Amino acid sequence: MSTNSISWSNDVAESRPFVDLIHEWVTTVDHKRLGLLYIGFAMTFLIVGGIEATVMRLQLIRPHNDLVSPQVFNRLFTMHGTTMIFFVVMPILFGFGNYLIPLMIGSRDMAFPRLNAFSFWVMAFGGLLLYFSLVGANGLYGAGNAPDVGWFAYAPLTSQTFSPGHSTDFWTLAILVSGFGSIGTAINILATILCMRCPGMSLGKMPLFAWLYLVTAGLVVLAISPLTAAQIMLLIDRYLGGHFFDTQAGGSAVIWMHFFWVFGHPEVYVLVLPAFAFASEIIPVFSRKPIFGYSVMVAATVAIGFISMSVWAHHMFTVGMGPGANTFFVLSTMAIAVPTGIKIFNWLGTMWGGNIEFSTPMLFCIAFLFQFLIAGLTGIMQACAPFDWQLGSSYFVVAHFHYVIVGAILFCTFAALYYWFPKMTGRMYNERLGRLHFWLFLIGFHLTFDFMHIPGLLGMPRRIYTYEPGRGWDIWNLIITIGVFFQAAAILVLLVNLLWSFWRGTRAGNDPWDAWTLEWSVPSPPPPYNFYSIPAILSRRPLWDLKHPNDPDWKYEGTP
Amino acid sequence: MIATSMTLRQPVPEELPSRGRVGMFTLIGAESAVFTIFVVAYIFYLGKSLSGPTPQDVLKAPIFFSVCLLSSSLTIHLAGKALHQGNVGKFSRWWFATIALGVVFLYGTAREWQRLIYHEGLTISTNLFGTTYFSLVGLHAFHVIVGLLCLTFVFVFSVFGYVEPKHEYQVEILSLYWHFVDSVWIVVFTVVYIVGR
Repeated sequence: MSTNSISWSNDVAESRPFVDLIHEWVTTVDHKRLGLLYIGFAMTFLIVGGIEATVMRLQLIRPHNDLVSPQVFNRLFTMHGTTMIFFVVMPILFGFGNYLIPLMIGSRDMAFPRLNAFSFWVMAFGGLLLYFSLVGANGLYGAGNAPDVGWFAYAPLTSQTFSPGHSTDFWTLAILVSGFGSIGTAINILATILCMRCPGMSLGKMPLFAWLYLVTAGLVVLAISPLTAAQIMLLIDRYLGGHFFDTQAGGSAVIWMHFFWVFGHPEVYVLVLPAFAFASEIIPVFSRKPIFGYSVMVAATVAIGFISMSVWAHHMFTVGMGPGANTFFVLSTMAIAVPTGIKIFNWLGTMWGGNIEFSTPMLFCIAFLFQFLIAGLTGIMQACAPFDWQLGSSYFVVAHFHYVIVGAILFCTFAALYYWFPKMTGRMYNERLGRLHFWLFLIGFHLTFDFMHIPGLLGMPRRIYTYEPGRGWDIWNLIITIGVFFQAAAILVLLVNLLWSFWRGTRAGNDPWDAWTLEWSVPSPPPPYNFYSIPAILSRRPLWDLKHPNDPDWKYEGTP
Repeated sequence: MIATSMTLRQPVPEELPSRGRVGMFTLIGAESAVFTIFVVAYIFYLGKSLSGPTPQDVLKAPIFFSVCLLSSSLTIHLAGKALHQGNVGKFSRWWFATIALGVVFLYGTAREWQRLIYHEGLTISTNLFGTTYFSLVGLHAFHVIVGLLCLTFVFVFSVFGYVEPKHEYQVEILSLYWHFVDSVWIVVFTVVYIVGR
């Protein structure tokens, strides 16, 4: 293979002085290094956000517990939500996108490498700004340290009257600044996918991964920008005496909700579409079949992108928008279940009759399919406005969206982490530890989030720091907290596995999975320039064509 | 490696869009979303101020300055055309005219704000109208300033002779942004000075 004639390995980098190494990583514009930086950054914040969740669950393990004060509890759930959405899931998805998109579409880098570096460092700065509030936010009033307004920061709680000091400003600035980074990355992904494809890679021959990231990036551009605008308005209110969300001067608290959820709901799809991207690459490879219904998958993705822009106010049924608006948002929310259901059937269709190999990435993807189905079903339950009036702001809602974010997105992210770990490091992970991680996390996940639905149905509101005994909530809260220990143990196993395998794992070679997309045609880890010569492809599975010259895919695929 | 193994059939090369243009159009998409939210807020809060002054009392449509800004779209187009023809001197002159028209527009905004603040007593914290007016027009003025800074960079380069016909592409991308700033003003003008008055 000509690609092996010039090889680049970690060993060369390791022998250099430490300062040089740091300098290289800080000044890098290489999409692979930035991708790894994103993933490392996200994993760090995953641990921080996970510790916050653990402390909250310990506080709620029994009634009248006094581990943390009500004030600290408010800060914990605000920081947990903000950290997990903006500084864990977003960066880890951008990380995989950055690393893999150029490799998959046969390009040597992203369209704008320096914008790429800028976006990463701006996002990292945003994360540090959020946590700097712990020391910097006391301000003139001596009030508050970490933000405590909840992750959607409803007005008028964010006004100077109710949030003195600077904690809310750190929250606003952190999100504003990381939003610039997200928009920069989205522009980069769009330009890369549209303009940097290798010869033969028409839009219809791209891996589904690239299609899903294309739609994700479009949604980021259209969804993060309203959030940026709303944060600017909030800053004007807090610092220049504006009245956007000031009900005393005729302003509206509800319009903040609209502005926030115009961002907030497409954001859910921004987070889940990359998870679909991982599943759409991993499930075919471990079923030993090409993806079932490629063009329908693409159509469903684009449909999800469109519909997701018109469902935001289902977060606001309890506000009292009137029957017209409620009906519209009930119907649009239910409509989005259709393309999502199509996707689930296509993944099942891919597995059907396949020669399924139950290795760790595939295990996570199979669990994802079941869990995402349940998450979608509880979503449809809450799309019925009258049902939502009963359960809005209860633990049922918390259980539902954690089922999506943990049960679907995090499971797929773990799958991706194991699947592409050999490509990124050149070493195989330990399969036994991987399976241990899977089963521990699966048990912990179901203990925590299955049983979380029940106190919600029994009327337990979200965001309470403690509760009275004897309401039937006690046993469920105990079980939920026990599940957290399993999940924490699973994350420890993951970290041990990643670190151990990075130093001691067996060499992976170019293509440990016998996979079909272009990233597996280059050495592991790939050289800085990715491809020795730019590949040219004829079908959606170029490596299949290469390995089976007598029975290539392009004989059966249509031309587009 | 893949290319050589498939000598039997070669893919048809595809004409891909230019990344600069795609990048700028996406940026314009993001900016449009930001402006949309501010415009929605402006329209939503029309007539909801609890105290004066109202738009009917104090706003006068800045027709002359708007004409200046809109004609700068024409001059920047002529500048690009001159560069395409290889006439760098003509390019510099039209480019300077664009900057001058932009500065005149900003002067108009400054005069209007001075009148509103000092004579009419309308600031960003006076009432809802003040908050939405100054933030929407201010957001646009901010974009004009950013655009002018970029245009000035190019002008300085052209004065020192660094702009050549081969830079047509970069100039065109920058012009896209300036056209966007101008067209946003049509929306802002309609909303603030026609619908809102």
